[in-house]
Amino acid sequence: MFPLGVTSYILGGVVIGLAVSFVYILTGQHATQSSLFSSTLSYFSKVPFFNRKTYLESREWRLYFAAGVILGALVYTVTISPDGFWTTSVQWWRLLLGGFLVGFGTRLSSGCTSGHGISGIASLSTTSLYAVITFIVVGVITANLMLMLGVVP
Amino acid sequence: MNNRNIVLFIGGIVFGFGLALGGMSKPEIVLSFLQLKDFGLILLMGAGTGVAFVAINVVPRFVEKPVLGGEFKPRTRTLSRNTLIGAAIFGVGWGLSGQCPGSALSSLGVGNLPVLLGIAAMFLGAYVMGRFFG
Repeated sequence: MFPLGVTSYILGGVVIGLAVSFVYILTGQHATQSSLFSSTLSYFSKVPFFNRKTYLESREWRLYFAAGVILGALVYTVTISPDGFWTTSVQWWRLLLGGFLVGFGTRLSSGCTSGHGISGIASLSTTSLYAVITFIVVGVITANLMLMLGVVP
Repeated sequence: MNNRNIVLFIGGIVFGFGLALGGMSKPEIVLSFLQLKDFGLILLMGAGTGVAFVAINVVPRFVEKPVLGGEFKPRTRTLSRNTLIGAAIFGVGWGLSGQCPGSALSSLGVGNLPVLLGIAAMFLGAYVMGRFFG
Protein backbone atom coordinates (compact mmCIF):
# COMPACT_ATOMS: atom_id res chain seq x y z
CA MET A 1 0.00 0.00 0.00
CA PHE A 2 2.78 2.43 0.93
CA PRO A 3 6.09 1.37 -0.66
CA LEU A 4 7.63 4.80 0.07
CA GLY A 5 6.31 4.96 3.64
CA VAL A 6 3.66 7.35 4.89
CA THR A 7 5.66 10.12 6.60
CA SER A 8 6.46 12.35 3.62
CA TYR A 9 2.88 12.12 2.34
CA ILE A 10 1.33 13.09 5.66
CA LEU A 11 3.86 15.86 6.33
CA GLY A 12 3.46 17.17 2.78
CA GLY A 13 -0.32 17.22 3.19
CA VAL A 14 -0.11 19.01 6.53
CA VAL A 15 2.22 21.65 5.04
CA ILE A 16 -0.18 22.16 2.09
CA GLY A 17 -3.09 22.44 4.53
CA LEU A 18 -1.16 25.03 6.56
CA ALA A 19 -0.52 27.05 3.39
CA VAL A 20 -4.21 27.02 2.48
CA SER A 21 -5.12 27.94 6.09
CA PHE A 22 -2.56 30.75 6.29
CA VAL A 23 -3.90 32.34 3.12
CA TYR A 24 -7.55 31.85 4.12
CA ILE A 25 -7.23 33.29 7.62
CA LEU A 26 -5.31 36.33 6.41
CA THR A 27 -7.15 37.09 3.18
CA GLY A 28 -10.32 34.97 2.97
CA GLN A 29 -9.09 33.68 -0.39
CA HIS A 30 -9.03 30.00 -1.26
CA ALA A 31 -5.48 29.22 -2.35
CA THR A 32 -6.31 27.01 -5.30
CA GLN A 33 -4.42 26.29 -8.47
CA SER A 34 -6.25 25.81 -11.75
CA SER A 35 -7.97 29.22 -11.98
CA LEU A 36 -4.49 30.59 -12.68
CA PHE A 37 -4.82 29.52 -16.31
CA SER A 38 -8.08 31.36 -16.95
CA SER A 39 -7.15 34.42 -14.91
CA THR A 40 -3.73 34.79 -16.58
CA LEU A 41 -5.29 34.46 -20.03
CA SER A 42 -7.24 37.66 -19.26
CA TYR A 43 -3.96 39.57 -19.72
CA PHE A 44 -3.77 38.38 -23.33
CA SER A 45 -7.32 37.67 -24.50
CA LYS A 46 -10.52 39.66 -24.84
CA VAL A 47 -12.62 36.49 -24.69
CA PRO A 48 -15.39 37.31 -22.15
CA PHE A 49 -14.91 34.10 -20.15
CA PHE A 50 -11.39 35.12 -19.09
CA ASN A 51 -12.46 38.67 -18.30
CA ARG A 52 -15.03 37.76 -15.70
CA LYS A 53 -14.87 39.81 -12.52
CA THR A 54 -13.57 36.93 -10.42
CA TYR A 55 -10.59 36.38 -12.74
CA LEU A 56 -9.78 40.08 -13.13
CA GLU A 57 -9.82 40.48 -9.35
CA SER A 58 -7.64 37.47 -8.68
CA ARG A 59 -5.27 37.42 -11.65
CA GLU A 60 -2.52 39.35 -9.90
CA TRP A 61 -2.38 37.37 -6.66
CA ARG A 62 -2.69 34.11 -8.58
CA LEU A 63 0.57 34.91 -10.36
CA TYR A 64 2.28 35.66 -7.03
CA PHE A 65 0.85 32.44 -5.66
CA ALA A 66 2.08 30.39 -8.65
CA ALA A 67 5.54 31.97 -8.42
CA GLY A 68 5.56 31.01 -4.74
CA VAL A 69 4.64 27.39 -5.53
CA ILE A 70 7.57 27.10 -7.95
CA LEU A 71 9.94 28.77 -5.48
CA GLY A 72 8.73 26.62 -2.58
CA ALA A 73 9.50 23.42 -4.50
CA LEU A 74 12.90 24.88 -5.41
CA VAL A 75 13.58 25.61 -1.73
CA TYR A 76 12.70 22.01 -0.88
CA THR A 77 14.97 20.75 -3.66
CA VAL A 78 18.05 22.68 -2.53
CA THR A 79 17.51 22.07 1.21
CA ILE A 80 16.08 18.80 2.52
CA SER A 81 15.37 16.89 -0.71
CA PRO A 82 17.20 13.53 -0.78
CA ASP A 83 17.25 13.61 -4.61
CA GLY A 84 18.18 17.16 -5.58
CA PHE A 85 17.19 18.30 -9.05
CA TRP A 86 15.20 15.71 -10.91
CA THR A 87 13.66 15.10 -14.34
CA THR A 88 10.65 12.95 -15.19
CA SER A 89 10.80 10.00 -17.53
CA VAL A 90 7.14 10.38 -18.53
CA GLN A 91 7.15 10.74 -22.33
CA TRP A 92 6.77 14.23 -23.86
CA TRP A 93 3.59 13.33 -25.72
CA ARG A 94 1.92 12.32 -22.48
CA LEU A 95 2.89 15.59 -20.80
CA LEU A 96 1.54 17.48 -23.80
CA LEU A 97 -1.72 15.61 -24.40
CA GLY A 98 -2.35 15.07 -20.68
CA GLY A 99 -1.61 18.73 -19.99
CA PHE A 100 -4.14 19.86 -22.57
CA LEU A 101 -6.86 17.67 -21.06
CA VAL A 102 -5.93 18.81 -17.54
CA GLY A 103 -6.19 22.47 -18.58
CA PHE A 104 -9.48 21.97 -20.40
CA GLY A 105 -11.05 19.65 -17.85
CA THR A 106 -10.15 21.55 -14.68
CA ARG A 107 -11.52 24.77 -16.13
CA LEU A 108 -14.73 23.15 -17.36
CA SER A 109 -15.11 21.60 -13.91
CA SER A 110 -14.10 24.82 -12.07
CA GLY A 111 -11.50 23.07 -9.96
CA CYS A 112 -8.68 20.57 -9.71
CA THR A 113 -7.06 18.39 -7.06
CA SER A 114 -6.47 21.54 -5.04
CA GLY A 115 -9.71 23.52 -5.61
CA HIS A 116 -12.15 20.60 -5.49
CA GLY A 117 -9.82 18.22 -3.66
CA ILE A 118 -8.56 20.25 -0.72
CA SER A 119 -10.42 23.57 -0.47
CA GLY A 120 -13.72 22.19 -1.79
CA ILE A 121 -13.95 19.13 0.41
CA ALA A 122 -12.68 21.14 3.41
CA SER A 123 -15.59 23.51 2.66
CA LEU A 124 -17.94 20.47 2.80
CA SER A 125 -19.01 21.06 -0.81
CA THR A 126 -20.85 18.04 -2.20
CA THR A 127 -20.17 19.36 -5.72
CA SER A 128 -16.46 19.08 -5.03
CA LEU A 129 -16.88 15.62 -3.53
CA TYR A 130 -18.57 14.38 -6.72
CA ALA A 131 -15.86 16.03 -8.83
CA VAL A 132 -13.07 14.41 -6.79
CA ILE A 133 -14.66 10.96 -6.99
CA THR A 134 -15.06 11.43 -10.75
CA PHE A 135 -11.50 12.47 -11.50
CA ILE A 136 -9.99 9.82 -9.25
CA VAL A 137 -12.08 7.01 -10.77
CA VAL A 138 -11.40 8.17 -14.34
CA GLY A 139 -7.72 8.78 -13.51
CA VAL A 140 -7.35 5.25 -12.10
CA ILE A 141 -9.03 3.72 -15.16
CA THR A 142 -6.87 5.77 -17.56
CA ALA A 143 -3.60 5.05 -15.77
CA ASN A 144 -4.33 1.32 -15.69
CA LEU A 145 -5.31 1.28 -19.37
CA MET A 146 -1.96 2.93 -20.18
CA LEU A 147 -0.22 0.32 -18.06
CA MET A 148 -2.02 -2.50 -19.87
CA LEU A 149 -0.98 -0.99 -23.19
CA GLY A 150 2.62 -1.19 -21.99
CA VAL A 151 3.12 2.57 -21.63
CA VAL A 152 5.50 3.09 -18.70
CA PRO A 153 6.13 4.72 -16.24
CA MET B 1 3.67 44.29 -3.80
CA ASN B 2 0.65 44.83 -1.56
CA ASN B 3 0.03 42.84 1.61
CA ARG B 4 -2.40 40.44 -0.05
CA ASN B 5 0.12 39.54 -2.75
CA ILE B 6 2.84 39.04 -0.14
CA VAL B 7 0.56 36.64 1.77
CA LEU B 8 -0.26 34.72 -1.41
CA PHE B 9 3.40 34.58 -2.37
CA ILE B 10 4.40 33.21 1.04
CA GLY B 11 1.41 30.84 1.01
CA GLY B 12 2.55 29.67 -2.42
CA ILE B 13 6.06 28.98 -1.16
CA VAL B 14 4.67 26.86 1.68
CA PHE B 15 2.21 25.11 -0.67
CA GLY B 16 4.95 24.33 -3.21
CA PHE B 17 7.27 23.08 -0.47
CA GLY B 18 4.51 20.76 0.77
CA LEU B 19 3.78 19.45 -2.73
CA ALA B 20 7.45 18.66 -3.30
CA LEU B 21 7.89 17.18 0.19
CA GLY B 22 4.88 14.95 -0.45
CA GLY B 23 6.32 13.72 -3.75
CA MET B 24 3.64 15.38 -5.88
CA SER B 25 6.17 17.16 -8.08
CA LYS B 26 7.00 13.74 -9.52
CA PRO B 27 4.41 12.56 -12.07
CA GLU B 28 5.76 9.04 -11.48
CA ILE B 29 4.52 9.10 -7.86
CA VAL B 30 1.10 10.44 -8.88
CA LEU B 31 0.89 7.69 -11.52
CA SER B 32 1.83 5.05 -8.96
CA PHE B 33 -1.23 6.16 -6.98
CA LEU B 34 -3.49 6.04 -10.02
CA GLN B 35 -2.05 2.61 -10.88
CA LEU B 36 -3.09 1.60 -7.34
CA LYS B 37 0.47 0.78 -6.27
CA ASP B 38 0.98 3.51 -3.66
CA PHE B 39 -1.90 5.11 -1.79
CA GLY B 40 0.18 7.93 -0.32
CA LEU B 41 -1.60 10.58 -2.39
CA ILE B 42 -4.81 9.89 -0.46
CA LEU B 43 -2.96 10.41 2.83
CA LEU B 44 -1.57 13.70 1.55
CA MET B 45 -4.96 14.89 0.34
CA GLY B 46 -6.61 13.79 3.57
CA ALA B 47 -4.04 15.53 5.75
CA GLY B 48 -4.22 18.73 3.69
CA THR B 49 -8.00 18.70 3.72
CA GLY B 50 -8.10 18.04 7.48
CA VAL B 51 -5.90 21.03 8.27
CA ALA B 52 -7.80 23.27 5.81
CA PHE B 53 -11.08 22.08 7.32
CA VAL B 54 -10.12 23.65 10.65
CA ALA B 55 -9.21 26.96 9.03
CA ILE B 56 -12.38 27.11 6.95
CA ASN B 57 -14.92 25.80 9.45
CA VAL B 58 -13.56 26.38 12.96
CA VAL B 59 -11.43 29.54 12.81
CA PRO B 60 -14.32 31.77 11.55
CA ARG B 61 -16.22 30.94 14.77
CA PHE B 62 -13.58 32.78 16.75
CA VAL B 63 -12.31 35.33 14.25
CA GLU B 64 -14.87 37.65 12.70
CA LYS B 65 -13.18 38.35 9.39
CA PRO B 66 -9.89 37.78 7.57
CA VAL B 67 -6.96 39.72 9.02
CA LEU B 68 -6.50 41.75 5.84
CA GLY B 69 -10.23 42.38 5.40
CA GLY B 70 -12.88 40.75 3.25
CA GLU B 71 -15.04 37.92 4.50
CA PHE B 72 -14.85 34.22 5.22
CA LYS B 73 -16.77 32.23 2.61
CA PRO B 74 -16.45 28.45 2.23
CA ARG B 75 -15.61 27.36 -1.31
CA THR B 76 -18.87 26.19 -2.85
CA ARG B 77 -19.74 25.50 -6.46
CA THR B 78 -23.07 24.55 -8.00
CA LEU B 79 -23.12 21.03 -9.35
CA SER B 80 -23.67 20.96 -13.09
CA ARG B 81 -23.03 18.60 -15.97
CA ASN B 82 -19.87 20.56 -16.73
CA THR B 83 -18.52 19.90 -13.22
CA LEU B 84 -18.59 16.17 -13.86
CA ILE B 85 -17.68 16.17 -17.56
CA GLY B 86 -14.78 18.50 -16.79
CA ALA B 87 -13.67 16.33 -13.87
CA ALA B 88 -13.77 13.24 -16.12
CA ILE B 89 -11.69 14.98 -18.82
CA PHE B 90 -9.26 16.13 -16.13
CA GLY B 91 -9.13 12.51 -14.92
CA VAL B 92 -8.09 11.29 -18.37
CA GLY B 93 -5.32 13.90 -18.55
CA TRP B 94 -4.24 13.13 -14.99
CA GLY B 95 -4.09 9.39 -15.62
CA LEU B 96 -2.28 9.92 -18.90
CA SER B 97 0.43 12.22 -17.58
CA GLY B 98 0.47 12.23 -13.76
CA GLN B 99 0.22 16.02 -13.85
CA CYS B 100 -2.21 18.39 -12.23
CA PRO B 101 -1.95 22.18 -12.12
CA GLY B 102 -0.28 22.58 -8.71
CA SER B 103 1.98 19.56 -9.06
CA ALA B 104 3.14 20.76 -12.49
CA LEU B 105 4.16 24.16 -11.08
CA SER B 106 6.01 22.51 -8.20
CA SER B 107 7.67 20.17 -10.68
CA LEU B 108 9.29 23.20 -12.32
CA GLY B 109 10.79 24.02 -8.94
CA VAL B 110 12.47 20.62 -8.67
CA GLY B 111 14.08 21.26 -12.04
CA ASN B 112 11.81 19.08 -14.14
CA LEU B 113 11.96 21.23 -17.26
CA PRO B 114 9.96 18.88 -19.56
CA VAL B 115 6.90 19.79 -17.48
CA LEU B 116 6.98 23.18 -19.23
CA LEU B 117 5.38 21.34 -22.15
CA GLY B 118 2.60 20.18 -19.85
CA ILE B 119 2.06 23.66 -18.39
CA ALA B 120 1.95 25.25 -21.86
CA ALA B 121 -0.60 22.62 -22.87
CA MET B 122 -2.67 23.37 -19.74
CA PHE B 123 -2.86 27.03 -20.78
CA LEU B 124 -3.89 25.94 -24.28
CA GLY B 125 -6.56 23.60 -22.88
CA ALA B 126 -7.86 26.36 -20.61
CA TYR B 127 -7.94 28.72 -23.60
CA VAL B 128 -9.93 26.30 -25.75
CA MET B 129 -12.33 25.75 -22.84
CA GLY B 130 -12.91 29.47 -22.21
CA ARG B 131 -12.99 30.42 -25.89
CA PHE B 132 -15.38 27.76 -27.17
CA PHE B 133 -17.17 26.38 -24.10
CA GLY B 134 -17.12 29.31 -21.68
